[in-house]
Formats: sequence, C-alpha cells, structure tokens
Amino acid sequence: MTDVLTPVLSANWADERAWKLTNYERRGGYRALRTALGQSPAEVMETVKESGLRGRGGAGFPTGMKWSFVPKDNPNPKYLVVNADESEPGTCKDMPLMLASPHTLVEGVIISAYAIGCSYAFIYCRGEVLHVVRRLQQAVREAYSAGYAGKNILGSGYDLEVVVHAGAGAYICGEETALLDSLEGRRGQPRLRPPFPAVAGLYASPTVVNNVESIASVPSIIDHGASWFSSMGTEKSKGMTIYSLSGHVKRPGQFEAPLGVTLRQLLELSGGIREGHELKFWTPGGSSTPILTPEHLDLPLDYESMAGAGTMLGTKALQCFDETTSVVRTTLRWIEFYKHESCGKCTPCREGNWWLVQILKKFEAGRAESGDIEKLLDIADDIGGRSFCALADGAVACLTSAIKYFRDEFEAGMHTPAWELFPYGRSALFEVADEREGAHA
Amino acid sequence: MSGHEFESWFPDSGGIDYEDTATAITDATVEEMRQIAARYPQPRSALLPMLHLVQSVEGRISPAGVRACAEVLGITTAQVSGVATFYTMYRRRPGGRHHVGVCTTALCAVMGGDHLLDRVCDKLGIHEGETTADGTFSIERIECNAACDFAPVMMVNWEFFDNMTPAKADELLDALAAGTAVKSPRGATLTSWREAERVLAGFPDGRADEGPTAGEASTLGLRVAREKGWRAPDAPPPVPTPTDEASDNQGGAA
Repeated sequence: MTDVLTPVLSANWADERAWKLTNYERRGGYRALRTALGQSPAEVMETVKESGLRGRGGAGFPTGMKWSFVPKDNPNPKYLVVNADESEPGTCKDMPLMLASPHTLVEGVIISAYAIGCSYAFIYCRGEVLHVVRRLQQAVREAYSAGYAGKNILGSGYDLEVVVHAGAGAYICGEETALLDSLEGRRGQPRLRPPFPAVAGLYASPTVVNNVESIASVPSIIDHGASWFSSMGTEKSKGMTIYSLSGHVKRPGQFEAPLGVTLRQLLELSGGIREGHELKFWTPGGSSTPILTPEHLDLPLDYESMAGAGTMLGTKALQCFDETTSVVRTTLRWIEFYKHESCGKCTPCREGNWWLVQILKKFEAGRAESGDIEKLLDIADDIGGRSFCALADGAVACLTSAIKYFRDEFEAGMHTPAWELFPYGRSALFEVADEREGAHA
Repeated sequence: MSGHEFESWFPDSGGIDYEDTATAITDATVEEMRQIAARYPQPRSALLPMLHLVQSVEGRISPAGVRACAEVLGITTAQVSGVATFYTMYRRRPGGRHHVGVCTTALCAVMGGDHLLDRVCDKLGIHEGETTADGTFSIERIECNAACDFAPVMMVNWEFFDNMTPAKADELLDALAAGTAVKSPRGATLTSWREAERVLAGFPDGRADEGPTAGEASTLGLRVAREKGWRAPDAPPPVPTPTDEASDNQGGAA
C-alpha cells in the first residue's frame, strides 16, 4: 500500500532555488535523459506505455498510446508541443510546477521528443504568467548550455530545438487543435478532427500535444521504471498526480498523491472547510467537470470513479464552495467565462452561451420566469455535443449539474435575488463593509 | 432589436485605432521581429510574440505595428489584425504603466474578487478597461489565472499578487503610485507592463532568479507529507526539516 501523499513532481518545490539547473541535477535531474538516450526511442516509448500514464490535462488519454499514433512512414518533420496554457477555472497545478522546477518539464520534453522522433519541441505557455515564462526561458537556455538540448545531445547524435512560446490570452488555446492554430500564428480556433494532430498537426505534420504534468512525469518513469509508476494508483488510473485544493478550505494548496485518493482524505490534510462552515458543492477537475456534492466525498478521485459519478477527473482542480455560496451566482460566472472564451467558430457555443448568460442573469436577480429552467436545459442540449471542441461541453456540464443538484436554488431565482438568499459578502474571505447588489455587473 | 430586454451587441468590441498614427517602431524593432521569426520552422508562428513586442514598444497594438508584422511575415495587415483582435492580452488602446488585473472568475469572485474589483476601480477612479489620465494604471477584469489556491488573486503586469484583501490592494496601489519598488510574492520586482511584454516576446530581462521557488500553498502537500513521513515508493528519504522530529513517522497510513 502506498502512502497517502507521494511527492515526486513536487518533491523539490521547497528547495532553495529549485529552478536552477545545478540544484535540479543535484537531486538526480537529467539522469533519466542519459538513461533514455542509452535506449532506442521505441524502448522509451514502450516504458511510458507500460507505465499506464494517462494525460493529466483533462481527457486522460494514455500518453504512450498517443505517441504511438504518430506515423513512422510520414516524411514530414514531427513535432512535440507541450500544452502549458493552463486556464481551466480552478486549475493551478502546472504553473507552480514550471515556476518551481521548470527543468522537470524541460527534461521531460527532451526525453519525450527523443521517443517520438522530433527535432523541434514547443512549450506553449499562457502569456499571463510572466514569472513562469521567465523561469521556462532560463531553464531552456541552461539546458542548451549544458548540452541537454541543441545539436548532438550528450554526444548521442540526437538534435532537438526547444522553443518557449508565450500565448496572448485565450482559454480556447488549451484545446489542442486551437493551440496548434495559435502556434501557427493564427486565431486560436479548433480544427475539425479527424485528421488528428498525430497525423496532421502543426504545419500539417505529425504532432503530439501533451499537458505539462504528463510530460513532467516522464523523467521519473524513465528513472524508476514503469512498474514503479504503476505501483501507485488504482487499477486503470496509474501513478501519482497533483491535486489542487482551493476555495473555502482552511489551507488550500497542492497535494501530490496516487490516483484514487478521496476528497475527504485531502480535506482532512488541509484542515477541512473553513471554521464554522460546511462543504456545499465542489468540482473534481475544473469548471468543465460536472459539480459534485458532499455525498461524493468518498469517491476515489480517479478517471473511472469520476466517470461513474457522471463527471470527469479533468485537471484534478478541487474547487470547494461552502454553504454561503450561491450556486446560481457561481454558475452564471462560469457561463460568463465560457461566453467570453468561446472562440466564435461554432454557432451553438457562440450564441448559446450568450443566451445562457442573459437568462442566468435573470435567475441571479430573482426575475426568472416559469419555464426558464427548462429553457436553460433546452439551450444546453443544443450546445453540448454540437460544437467542434469540448469548450461547449464543458460549459453546459457545470450548468446541467448545478440544476441537477440544486434545482431549488434556480426555482428561488424566480422570486428572490441570489444576493438576498446568499449575501455575497459572507462568501468572501475578508470583511465586506458595503454590501452591494449584484456586485459583479 | 430596440426595446428588446436582452443585449444584442458587444460592449467591448472594437478594432485597432487607425486614427492614431504615432509610432515608436524603428528599424531595430523590425530587426528584433526578424529574430523572433527565425526561432520557428515557419515564420508566421512568430506572430504572437511579435505582437507582444509591438506592445512593448508602442504600449498598444498600433497600425504601424500591424504593418511591420505583416511586412516581416509576408502576410496581409488584415491577417495580422484578425489575430491581434482575437487575443485578450493585446490592447487596442494604450494601457497604463502598471496593468492591474482582478480575477473575477467564479472561485475568486465568490471569495472576494468582485469586491476587490470594486475597490480598485473606486480607488483609481476609473472603470475596468480604462486607463488613468496620468497613464499610471489600467484595470482589467481578468479570468482564472491558474493560482486558485491563492484566491482571491490579482495580477500586476502579469505578476502574481496572492491572497488579496482590500487593505492589501490599497497598499499595493499606493506603493505603485508612489513609485516604490514592489515585489510580487511569487515573482520579481515589478517592472512595467511594457517591459513585461518584451519578456513575453522572448527577450529575457534577467529577473528569472528573483522571488521564491514556490508559494506556501504550492508546498502544502509536500510539507504535510514530510510531517507524516509519507513518500513515493523507493523515493530517497526526504531532506530532514525541524518539524520531522515532532511528527508521527508511521508512514503507509493509506
């Protein structure tokens, strides 16, 4: 039985200047790269496959399998693109990783690129995180200077260019095909699939797009072996992963644990919900994963158990809200996010979220009418599954789950404003002197 | 649609300001644009960083900046404008020396972000999306900035300001207005929004080594694991810390 918490990726986050190459190497950094370069790319890929590592960016697709879809006979160059656009509401695991230990990612990039057979790799980091971009840029420069990147890496004959690319503010660029369009210097709008990026991705060439945490997990897998990794976790959800606990909890923070830990366990370690309050609802993996309630506290936080509860593990962003929180207000704010972040390509998403916001504003103000709940569900039905990418599905997921568990609050929105039912100042972490109506708009 | 109860227009829409033709773009800027383009297998990939560079030089996306990008990449100005207007970090009107963001996505909003935004707007006497008359501050309502364990969050020039309160926001703005050096709790000493844009264009400012490895919340799980003696299988024993002696060392409690 493994321990409740298993820091691997986060093991050096409390080290002095962990972001420097020398400090990373002192802890055994870049040992895995030497091991990998001593093997064939196929062997490295096989180890990652065997480990059972699944994508940590939300969808949970097996990483090694994704790599193996890159056709060997395609004459075009192959590319590795790291999705460091972390923007899903609630999600905050990749940024601390890249801030504290950018070399964990850079080493993962080099090993993964070697396994896939790329000579170019990109780290697409969202632009709104200046210091993270600084640390990434420096880590890549250090890797070049040490001979871990560039020409003839460690004398192996393998060449790799690594480019840190800053985005410019667009949630949709976390969607892998939109990210590729963005990286080509275009508006970040998703592409119709197939063809999948493995066949026709960046510059219409075979491309692997992986989340930061997925790629950052690779060095430890190569270092300790596939069976070490798969000794942690549950039957189908292998390995350790980073859970991000936020919201009305006493001590929010990052917890690295084997897949399958429960929210109850993590809450215990963080001191529980803030004093005098209790948990009302939570997200397992960001706002795009249907919300859950206290009755789900003991479900293992793995891919299968979350799917079984009608939600998704997503990014393991555990946002906890206490009983002071208005579900209507929270849902409206999430839908406002999706409305703003819809790229505009697909009509159901672009228009549908627009209408949802306006109807939800009526609920918040206590002015909704009879039939408006059905109208919300009807519109949601026209958005989900009818657009190119998962942004649309994510948007309606929070809404339909909110109605499923808290329909009475939506019914109350037909006569009483949310800020009267749940005075907004009470949810804030500080004293609010002048309470305003509908403070947001 | 007059008289309709729903909005049928985009209040924040707007293109690039073609009336204002002033520019600070020089041959040196264009040369730097070419350097950015050279980083990529196909030059057009450089467009986003090039637009960050335009902002660092111009304080906004200017018509001259759009033209320069188009010329360097051999694409049309319409193609450049189409990209510039898609991404929220590109400003069509000049931003302040310090660009202040207040997160009001659901979690931060609920935990106090809405009240913080009100406070910041009141204090500076401008609305979100506006710039103060003296050009010191601009304010933006921002979306989830991936720091939810530090909510409510503000950003200045895209540096983190964690666990904010109205009092801390006041203090921050006063210090910036007075020109005092301000350090991000998880970043460097603040420069200006324009200087930040230059780093995003890929020209480092030598400040990567400033600031801590991580914030308190980021290391919480690690600290708890050390207290309890928990670790990954076969992992080397954790570096001893003073708290380790006092903790129960059972391990394997799962």
